[in-house]
Amino acid sequence: MPTNLQGGEYDVVGQRRFVWPSFALPGVLWLVALFLVPFYAIFAVAMGRTDPIFNRPQPEWNPFYWDTAVFGEVLGDLFGGQLGVIALRTLGYVFVASFLCLLIGYPVAYFVSRKAGRWRWLWLLLILAPFWINYLMRMMSWVNLLSPDGQVNQFLATIGVENLPDWLAGHNYVVILGLVYGYIPFFILPLFASLDRIDEATLEASRDLGAGSFSTFWRVTLPLSKNGVLGGLVIIMLPMFGDYYTPTLLSGSPRTRMLGNTIDQFINQTTSQGAVGAALTIVLMVFVAGLMLYYLRTINQATRAARE
Amino acid sequence: MRSFLSNPWNKPRTLPLVTAMYILWSIVPVIIAIRFSFNAGRSRSTWQGFSTRWYLGTPEAAESVLYDPSLRFALNQSLKLALLTMLVATPIGIALAIGLARWRGRLAKPSNFLMLFPLVTPEIVMGVALFLVFDNLYDFVTFGTMAQFLGHVTFSISFVVIIVRGRLFAIGRDYEEAAMDLGASPSQAMRRVLFPLLMPAIFASLAIVFAISIDDFVISQFLVGGADSVTIPVRLYSGARLAPPPSLNALATVLMVVTIGAVTLGGLALKVFGRKSGDDESALETIGRFEI
Repeated sequence: MPTNLQGGEYDVVGQRRFVWPSFALPGVLWLVALFLVPFYAIFAVAMGRTDPIFNRPQPEWNPFYWDTAVFGEVLGDLFGGQLGVIALRTLGYVFVASFLCLLIGYPVAYFVSRKAGRWRWLWLLLILAPFWINYLMRMMSWVNLLSPDGQVNQFLATIGVENLPDWLAGHNYVVILGLVYGYIPFFILPLFASLDRIDEATLEASRDLGAGSFSTFWRVTLPLSKNGVLGGLVIIMLPMFGDYYTPTLLSGSPRTRMLGNTIDQFINQTTSQGAVGAALTIVLMVFVAGLMLYYLRTINQATRAARE
Repeated sequence: MRSFLSNPWNKPRTLPLVTAMYILWSIVPVIIAIRFSFNAGRSRSTWQGFSTRWYLGTPEAAESVLYDPSLRFALNQSLKLALLTMLVATPIGIALAIGLARWRGRLAKPSNFLMLFPLVTPEIVMGVALFLVFDNLYDFVTFGTMAQFLGHVTFSISFVVIIVRGRLFAIGRDYEEAAMDLGASPSQAMRRVLFPLLMPAIFASLAIVFAISIDDFVISQFLVGGADSVTIPVRLYSGARLAPPPSLNALATVLMVVTIGAVTLGGLALKVFGRKSGDDESALETIGRFEI
């Protein structure tokens, strides 16, 4: 086993055997106590009971005594109830918004990484700017613009539109606009990094072999940026699935509720419904499990590549 | 037209135009919001002249970031949390990065896996998890600053590990081994060789932990205790739809300036300590992993 040999060697040359684990210990203990145990608490509460006297959730820490009544109700609502509608809406919002991010974000990332020329640093600075502006501030800016007496309606009034719309009254397209606006920078950056890594020589080779610029793009650049596209999509889809603040701010209407809104409602706005909130969180995790695993694999591969 | 059809991506005009429109769309709404934080009147859509009343104001009016208690508390709370988180998460993360990079024991792999998990878990899941565990198991943790601090450190540690570990791999073991060949003890080699080489990553971690903590909304909101633990993002969220005065825009602008300041400071430190280290790309990748 070469890895073991190497490990033994490091220990002889470097520190004694217990040194490295003891470096990791505080962090590992912290993550066990404040990530792993809380993660398990979601299941313990979802499968627990409700205390009849104090009317608050009573977690069941022993999986042999888990009670799936609440979870069953939530599943029932998911297949054929109101929750099913909300879940489908969430899926719809996330897919449409992600597709729009791809449509707008790809040309932007492509331009800044390959064609921006001398002013590249400035373009890069400008596409990075939203990173340092708080998401809530960016949403608040749109609430400003779209409010009944906001700049958008002022502008419409000056060009003579009557019947000014109330943009913030529960329109799907306004929420999707908010999601695209909010998350697109997080899509563009990893894609930019992956386009930027493509070796210029590969593209020259393609042209030397007779491909035009379109066919070079289609058959060389696009396939080489596949991982950047997938990575960017995963990075934006994960938080989008759990979003509740964007629909709340840009609509606030039950017609645009997402899964995150139901979780927010049962955890933050009531005290006795923790079990339902926990069960809904498990449903959300099932939705995003594939994305999480893909992302985990990507980070792991990047780490392994960096180690070599 | 024919050449455009055969080659839509490479036309000199289309791409810069799309990019410029995108940048305008992404930045102009925020610039408008900043502009109206300097409005002399109460409106956030009709310009009534320049003033700093929403920033400084007077104690009697109590309508500015400086004198409106709810805005000022939010600013204090955000700064306090970000500083505390930065000071605690960075050392824990650095130690964890060194430990995980070099430890070959049986538990090393699961520990590494555990460290990666917070990076890929949606924040709302972490918020629910922490809320439920503080509510039902760790009864000694009170909601408010203490719970928020524990939550912020938890999601920050993994970012520090990723940043520091990248640098550790780049440095390798050669320098330390050379130091020990020249007679340094392992702990001397660490203190006098490894730590100075890690400086750029340490400064980058400090800046990034400060920035992600002060920018965080979901965890802060799930773990909020009362009016005194409302942070700036939580305050923006609760106030944005209630026809707020421009002081809310002023508060958001202050947050933006603080974030940019922290990142710039971190970047400067990186420049000073990280000459010729070629870390730019890995720094970009790390930024790319930010969620809100």
